[in-house]
Amino acid sequence: MSWVLSLPLIIPFATAVFAFLLRNSPLGRWTSLVGSSVGLVASIALMSTVLHHQVITGQMGNWPAPFGITLVADLLSAVMVLITAITGIAVAIYALGDIDETRERLGYHALFQVLIAGVTGAFLTGDLFNLYVWFEVMLIASFGLLVLGGSREQIDGGVKYVTLNLISTIMFLTGIGLIYGLTGTLNLADLSGKLDAVENQGLVTVIAMLFMVAFGVKAAVFPLFFWLPASYHTPSFAVSAVFAGLLTKVGVYALIRTFTLLFDGDVGLTHTILLWVAGFTMVTGVLGAAVQNDFRKILSFHIVSQIGYMIMGLALLTPLALLGAVFYLLHHIIVKANLFLIAGVAKQLTGSTELAKIGGLYRSSPLLAALFLIPAFSLAGFPPLSGFWAKYILVKASLDEELWFLAFVALAVGLMTIFSMTKIWAEVFWKAHPDGRQPALSGLVGRTSLIVPIAGLALMTMVVGLMPEPFVTFAEQSAAQLLDPTPYITTVLGPQP
Amino acid sequence: MKSIILIVGARLQVALLLIFSLYMLLRGHNDPGGGFIGGLIAAIGFTIYAIACGTVSAREALRFEPASIAAVGLGCSLLAGAMAIIWGDAPFTGQWLFIGAEDGDKKGLPISSILLFDLGVYLVVLGAVLSIVFALEENI
Repeated sequence: MSWVLSLPLIIPFATAVFAFLLRNSPLGRWTSLVGSSVGLVASIALMSTVLHHQVITGQMGNWPAPFGITLVADLLSAVMVLITAITGIAVAIYALGDIDETRERLGYHALFQVLIAGVTGAFLTGDLFNLYVWFEVMLIASFGLLVLGGSREQIDGGVKYVTLNLISTIMFLTGIGLIYGLTGTLNLADLSGKLDAVENQGLVTVIAMLFMVAFGVKAAVFPLFFWLPASYHTPSFAVSAVFAGLLTKVGVYALIRTFTLLFDGDVGLTHTILLWVAGFTMVTGVLGAAVQNDFRKILSFHIVSQIGYMIMGLALLTPLALLGAVFYLLHHIIVKANLFLIAGVAKQLTGSTELAKIGGLYRSSPLLAALFLIPAFSLAGFPPLSGFWAKYILVKASLDEELWFLAFVALAVGLMTIFSMTKIWAEVFWKAHPDGRQPALSGLVGRTSLIVPIAGLALMTMVVGLMPEPFVTFAEQSAAQLLDPTPYITTVLGPQP
Repeated sequence: MKSIILIVGARLQVALLLIFSLYMLLRGHNDPGGGFIGGLIAAIGFTIYAIACGTVSAREALRFEPASIAAVGLGCSLLAGAMAIIWGDAPFTGQWLFIGAEDGDKKGLPISSILLFDLGVYLVVLGAVLSIVFALEENI
């Protein structure tokens, strides 16, 4: 078990080592691609093991829980690891055509693999302190990727990103310290029981709030999301696609994990706050996007708005709502990464990402236009694409709880999303290029490696949209696991009295 | 700034610090010390050398690119963890070899995968710190 669990971590680290040593040769990028492929196989193996056993656990170095380093995978963790590997390989292929030699010499591929390892580790870890460590791994690697190339704009975005993320890390660490002082353990499964037995429940709520703020910054929820639109439009497109797909989702995952497993004692307070946060996040994100005039900035604000939907699922805390949150998480990673990849191709073809300066893609590259429509409509929630089912489930869940206004907000935000997507469509694809350029795909160097991942991810969106049944069943099972953590706890700690 | 006193003093100190760093690395298993602190001490040695004689000669003395040293170190640590698969144990389980021991009485010279792990940490710290120090020195 422990090997199935740790291979998705060991492989990207090993790939990073080789890719870094080969950074001056063209072999480096192929190493990265091979590593990502092997990593994908390892995470498929993990997924099938978890489907068979429901929850699996492994102790690093053979020290038993709750003392040793525990890795745990339930359905949610396993599917997040799998989707990370899928995004990883898509971006690794895309990077063949997007990352220039200067960035490769500076160690782009190694940093990318370390980032994938950090994200995977955060999904697999079974204790809070290691969650912190994986957050740090992610932060260091993502900072490196963000400033790689060193333009003024990138450093500016990077400094904001790191400062706000460090504040979040400090809050997280403070919370960890308090929790350890209170219970004497940091193992998630162990904490789940011990936190309920703590006499001073007020302090537990305080800790819950510290965690909420810490993970809220990572997940970019209202009012803590400012670092995201300030930095995501600066790095290379491959990098911003990984960031958009995965980084904020780690924060959402951490929120879901801790606020179902640990902090379920004072749901009236914590989850009501989350509900308000969700509403405001959806609205501010989509309004922010409406006033932007840059391809990537619009998409960045939409990440914020979409995070609101996932938090909404967590805040409602009904089986249907959690199902929706999990489904949304999966759908969103694929769609968002894909949109950033498309923005990258659009930039290469037309020369800019500012809407006013570009255009003409529909006429000269209809394939790209068609590929854009799939994730864009999915994001806005058009049937029969994946986003429609995700939104439908969440709206249904809020109607079941008789939260009419929240359901209205969710629907209205969907409508506003269509507005932004049509704006991109009209400006980037429909109107003629202001300089009269004919940006045809056939003139693009390395177009195969750019288009293949986009088409692959678009295909996945279509499949999830047209055959939602198995995915919904899966999300339902993982939501059930989240609501009843007993199997999780007994798997990690053995049968409980 | 070239100071003859600093250069002569630095040569002595660098040698001492490097030996001391190895000592710290090796005693680290059961006593205070280990790869992290050893790597820091070694990095101090090369930093003093860089301040006294310039980063060009410090890089020459180091022979390898600091970032590559860090990458090799990460590889060593990973290898130490992955070795456990040969014995069928969980990853990062320590593996011991007692050289000269008779039927497992654990009295021989102990060699372990933990030492390789610590050596990896040593190299990672050395490489990472020196990358930063050299970059700062060269830009001032």
